Amino acid sequence: MTGVRLYVPADAAARALGADAVASALAAGFGAAATITRTGSRGMFWLEPMVEVDTPAGRIAYGPVAASDVAGLIAAGLAQGGAHPLRLGPPGAIGFLRDQTRLVFARCGEEDPLSLDAYRARGGLAGLARAVSLGPAATIKEVLDSGLRGRGGAGFPTGIKWRSVAEAAPAPITPSPRYGQGMKFIVCNADEGDSGTFADRMLMEGDPFALIEGMAIAALATGATQGFVYTRSEYPQAIATFDAALAIARKAGLLGADCAGAGRAFDITQRIGAGAYVCGEETALLESLEGRRGQVRAKPPLPAHRGLFGAPTVVNNVITLASVPFILSEGAGAYQGLGHGRSRGTMPIQLAGNIRHGGLYETAFGPSLGTLVQDIGGGTATGRAIRAVQVGGPLGAYFPPALFDTPFDYEAFAARDGLIGHGGVVVFDDSVDMAEQARFAMEFCAEESCGKCTPCRIGSTRGKEVVEKIIAGERVEQNIALLRDLCDTLKFGSLCALGGFIPYPVLSALTHFPEDFTLTSTPGARAARRAA
Amino acid sequence: MYPPFDAEEARALIAAHADQPGAALPILHALQARFGAVPAAAIPLIAEALNLTRAEIHGIVSFYHDFRSLPPGRHRLRLCRAEACQAMGGARLAQAAQRLLGIGWHETTADGRITLEPVFCLGLCAVAPAALLDDAPLGRLDAAKLETALEAAP
Repeated sequence: MTGVRLYVPADAAARALGADAVASALAAGFGAAATITRTGSRGMFWLEPMVEVDTPAGRIAYGPVAASDVAGLIAAGLAQGGAHPLRLGPPGAIGFLRDQTRLVFARCGEEDPLSLDAYRARGGLAGLARAVSLGPAATIKEVLDSGLRGRGGAGFPTGIKWRSVAEAAPAPITPSPRYGQGMKFIVCNADEGDSGTFADRMLMEGDPFALIEGMAIAALATGATQGFVYTRSEYPQAIATFDAALAIARKAGLLGADCAGAGRAFDITQRIGAGAYVCGEETALLESLEGRRGQVRAKPPLPAHRGLFGAPTVVNNVITLASVPFILSEGAGAYQGLGHGRSRGTMPIQLAGNIRHGGLYETAFGPSLGTLVQDIGGGTATGRAIRAVQVGGPLGAYFPPALFDTPFDYEAFAARDGLIGHGGVVVFDDSVDMAEQARFAMEFCAEESCGKCTPCRIGSTRGKEVVEKIIAGERVEQNIALLRDLCDTLKFGSLCALGGFIPYPVLSALTHFPEDFTLTSTPGARAARRAA
Repeated sequence: MYPPFDAEEARALIAAHADQPGAALPILHALQARFGAVPAAAIPLIAEALNLTRAEIHGIVSFYHDFRSLPPGRHRLRLCRAEACQAMGGARLAQAAQRLLGIGWHETTADGRITLEPVFCLGLCAVAPAALLDDAPLGRLDAAKLETALEAAP
């Protein structure tokens, strides 16, 4: 095709910054002379909306582009990659992108996410083809050898989970006429509820076939015939894009009676959550899929043995599954060779909150937290000093700058009473009130508790009250002791990670920022400290 | 914007989804998409179709934040209140939104135009503070940008 070829992201975060208006302005400005492809995002959100143009020397990027910039850009020779203050040069030469190791997000932001041809042309489906030729046992061995661990946060070795399901006998599902014969399931957890995380959303909007391919590989390896993707309702665009991708994959024979020509049936249904954070917990998610309240189940039995509708079930996060095609196509060694300690491969780290260069940064495990937020993230967006960084979502610890040497790795964060979770990194500047963050953590837990276990159901409400008393300057020392004791009960007595981990943000705030808790009830004391 | 609840139509919608395993959420979403809410009158119909008790259906409906008993206004503003947005002044923005609209959380303006809902994370954490106006994402919001966006929603 001749004419100008332009690329404008349709990722929700790029749209939140006006990408649709930019695309419209470009379409109006060029008329029939240009083809505009809506892509995913490359994940550099301070440069979004980022427009790219094909030139004989490759893609040239411009950003951040506002609709009002478009006329000037066209006049400056955008079509030829002409000079302009917003010209960024080749996107791959931008330091933030250049320095990443993009395996899972290699394609994201380059092409139309719903073009299966573009997916194939960029290496897609090679992993599935190799899995078909290897067979189930060798596929599982590749995943085991890769060292891949669950990217939802728990970090459980994916290959071991798959092997358990492969070895389990399919279970008959009694109440449903659809599942007359023995079943196993692949369930993808796309209930990405942690604040600071958006990798699942970006992948489902920007490269949905990677998730389908990963699920198909999991199904062939374990003998599952039905997949479910449980996507949160807060992601309308990811839902629509993924449903469209499923229809395309079915039409292309990737899904259906003969999955990818392997002679085995596998299909995927997307289900939509309904605003319950706890459904990101795998057993609550299964309950929700089964049509009940999203209440946590006691383990054992593990979902791998008795999961969805009582059948053996792989429950994996979006990024875990989307990591598998690379492992199969390039081999376990290529993946295992990257990383730090027992954390192998790459992690899409999401830099968020009050940060200058917010976005998705996929890298081998190991960079220090300080490198991530200061060197890569560029410090705060407000230009003030960083005071705290919450890693791993609302259940993750707040790290002070004194702990910025912590390497990004499952064990290293655990050793410092934190967690990496799903890779969300939320930066706060020095105006943050850490006692208020601790109060919010308890309030959030109280709001989202499924109510099944007592420590979480009641402890979270009492915890919020205790923090409020501390903030009000009421018997501060005694109440801090009480809060620590309560956190102990929550940590050791809760059924799942919601109640079990909510002590991380609370205790880290208390331990690393004690001064915020001992301000007395003197009106204005907090405001005075913040203003200082 | 939404038609009044109609039991016959609701029955048909329920029947269209009832044969899939774990049908409750798909049914509830379908009803809410059609009628803007899952009113109390729908509960016995769902219970009958799924062979569950009304109490069980009520338990499911009330567990999930998404399901409403009354339809929202013509537009829904879902404002993120989670940590990444807090770090960028989300609490101030929430106050400004409430002041601007003259309503609190889960309330609808008197003219039936906007319903204000809190949400915990929209995955727009690198462009905080963020919101969804209906399904349209809004990022790096401040009171003025929010006001402009709301003015464009009649």
